[in-house]
Formats: sequence, structure tokens, C-alpha cells
Amino acid sequence: MKKKLMTGVYIITIFLCFLLQSTVFKRLEFAGISPNLLMITTTSIGLMKGEKRGLTAGFFSGLLIDIFSGSVIGFYALIYMYLGYIVGKFSQIFYPEDIKLPLALITLNNLSYGMICYIFMFLLRGRFDFAYYFLHIILPETVYTIIISIFLYPYMLFIYKKLNVDENRSDIDFV
Amino acid sequence: MSPVVKKKGEKFTLPSKYLLFILTILCVVLMILTFTTSALSTPLSYIAGTVVIPFEEGIAKLGGYLNEKTEMLQEIQALITENEALKEQVAELTNENIALQQERFELTNLRQLYELDAEYREYDKVGARIIAKDSGNWYNTFVINKGLDDGIAENMNVIAGAGLVGRVTSVGKNWAKVTTIINDNVSVSGMVLSTSDNIIVTGNLEMYADGLIEFSKLVDDENEVVAGDKIVTSNISDYYLPGILIGYISAINTDSNNLTKSGSVTPAVDFTHLEEVLVILEQKTIIKP
Repeated sequence: MKKKLMTGVYIITIFLCFLLQSTVFKRLEFAGISPNLLMITTTSIGLMKGEKRGLTAGFFSGLLIDIFSGSVIGFYALIYMYLGYIVGKFSQIFYPEDIKLPLALITLNNLSYGMICYIFMFLLRGRFDFAYYFLHIILPETVYTIIISIFLYPYMLFIYKKLNVDENRSDIDFV
Repeated sequence: MSPVVKKKGEKFTLPSKYLLFILTILCVVLMILTFTTSALSTPLSYIAGTVVIPFEEGIAKLGGYLNEKTEMLQEIQALITENEALKEQVAELTNENIALQQERFELTNLRQLYELDAEYREYDKVGARIIAKDSGNWYNTFVINKGLDDGIAENMNVIAGAGLVGRVTSVGKNWAKVTTIINDNVSVSGMVLSTSDNIIVTGNLEMYADGLIEFSKLVDDENEVVAGDKIVTSNISDYYLPGILIGYISAINTDSNNLTKSGSVTPAVDFTHLEEVLVILEQKTIIKP
């Protein structure tokens, strides 16, 4: 029961973040850059709940973006899914008290997301000025996302603490 | 032990790496499908449209309202100072007006020449409000609150004010996605109005930081094209109706091949402050070979 409730809460959170990202935060742009809320949710879910939840959350976040702003359906879904999956690997060393690891992972994920986007959407079309795109798009987006995640991550943590059911903990041997 | 073996009394769960594998294949299939057919977009966009669009519309309305109120407060002070400046300007403009009236003769002649005037007004248009923008920072697309129900179809041209904004690239029941001409991967076949030379206008993320997009492939041996010339959509464009204003040339450089020229264009539309757009309900007829 709690598990279902948690899934529901996560779905609503992703949905809300997508809405905010494409409407409200587009009005709060700094220098034409808006934060990537869905990356925060995907990373947090992956980190807290493991690979499977991480990749599912990533897949659906990406799919939403694909339908409403991407040009190829499946492209963002693939990126978000893999980032969610990889972050899920870190769930073994996740402790709710530790804020450094999630922030580091969100940063890392956002940077890799930016790189992948650059490589597939710009580099392959012959836009070689990587320094420009890095300094004007990837880096500002990451910084903005980190600032937002300072507020959003505690909320994700709150959900986790309230609604977590220990599914896998019993399987893991703490030596 | 194989991870997929079902133990007695234990609920069957799919290991994450298999799920990842299945979804990866699904994504790849989806990508191939979008490249080859357009069959996919209809059901997906229908589902998403009914769930997401009402919310986005609500937020956009609220945002617009708040924006208006704050702007009103900010503007009162600005208006007082502006008023004085404007009074001075009125005097200046009266003088200028006389000069302009003379130029209007010339303009009417030119318009008749290109039949711009008539064509622009004959198109059936429908107004739409922008309710959401691209959620990433790489591209410049947006979602409007009109769709199939309002007679909008894919590839219809979108304008704002007098300038070209872009075209509809996917459409749902009550929404449509518009890809703008400043998008980095979009090219428009344009024409220099003064000389009728065809050029290619391409969006450029790097140049758009300065509010510009680029143009290329201009053949102009006599150096007739100068900065400030109007660029409109050309007759040979696949998707865009002819004679819609794209922008004004702001700089021209000769390419290294010494045959063609390229440079930058200032778009006629202010893309950062776009709130409402017009969709032209007429489509360019494409002759399929």
C-alpha cells in the first residue's frame, strides 16, 4: 500500500516538475537559461530507490520532454533513463543524512546530460565551438540546477523518509 | 542462480538490467519510427495532450496575469519620464512624417510589385497563446493552446506581428508544437527583397546570444545587397509561404570561396518576449515527386 502511494507521489512530483520547468521556470530564466528540474528528480529517485526506479523515472521524464519539446521521440528518454540507471548504482552507499553525494551526482548527471546533448545535437552537425556551448549553456544550467536542487532535494528526501518501505535492505549484508 | 528464476511464494520481479535493455530497445524503435513515419506522434500526443495541456494552460494564464500586474506597477514611474521624452519626439516625428509620406508612395509601388500586401491579408489566421516552452536550453520550441480542433495541421506557418516565427512540427487535439526559425537545426529558404536573391537563413544558438541568426549562400557579384535589407521567405521554400518577413540583414561577409556571401540577420520577431502568435491556416502546396 505504502509502495503504491510512493509511486503515486513520485509520478505527481515528476509531472509537477515538468510543468514548472516548461512554464514557470521559463519566466525565471537567467541569461536565457532555465534549470533542469527533471534531472534533480531522476537523480534523487535513482539514488534513493535504486536502479530500477531510477531508470523508470528517467524514462518517463525523458518521454515527457520528447513529446513536448524534443524533435525525436525516445532521444531524451534514453539519456535520462541511462543517467537514472547509473545513479541507481550509488543507492548502496546512500544515507539520508549525507547531502554531498546527491549534490555531486546531480552536478555530474547534469554535466553529462549537457555533454551528450552537445555531442549528438550540435557536434555531429558541425558546430565545433565546444568552449562556447560549455560556458554558455552546460555550465550555467548546471549551476542553476544545483541552486534549485538545494530546495528541491530536501523535498525528495522528505518523501523518502515518510514513505519508504525497506524492500531491499534485508537482502544486503552489512558487514 | 539466474536472476529471472521465479522462486516459490516470491513475487516475480524483473531485474533492472533487463528492464533497462527492454526500454533501450523501445527507445531506439521509437526513434527509428519518428524518423521514418509520423504514425507514432498521434496516439502519444493525444494522451499527453489531454493530461498535460490543461495544467500548462492554467499556469500560463496565471503567469500572464501576475506578469501584467507587476509590470503595471513598475511602469508607472517609467511612464512619467517617458511622457516628457515622448512630447519632444512628437515634434521630431511630425517633421519625419512629411518625409515618410513621400516614401510611402515608393512603398506602395514596391508592395504592388511583390503583391505582398494582398497576400499577407488574404491568409486565414488563428491566434494562439504560448503555454509552454522547450524544457531544455538547447533548442527553441514552444507549445501553443490550439490544435487539431482549431484547424491547425502540421507544417502550418506561424507568425507574430509581421514576422515569421516558425512552423508547426507536431500537433495534438488541443495543442501544437511550434519549432522556431532561430532553432539551431532549422533552415529557411529566404529571399532578399530588394534584389530577389535567394539565400538560406539558419538558426544559430551561438549567434542568438546577440539576437542574431545567420544567412548563407548569397550570390551577389554586384555588391547590391547591403546591411538593412529586408529578407522574406522565398517562393521555392518547401514549408513556408512566400513573402513573409524574416528579418533584416545586419552584417555581410564574403565567404572564403569568393563566390558566395554569408552574414547575420536580425529577426523581425522578438523571440524572448513572445506571448501570442498567429497561425496561418493555409499550407504551402508541396508537389511530391
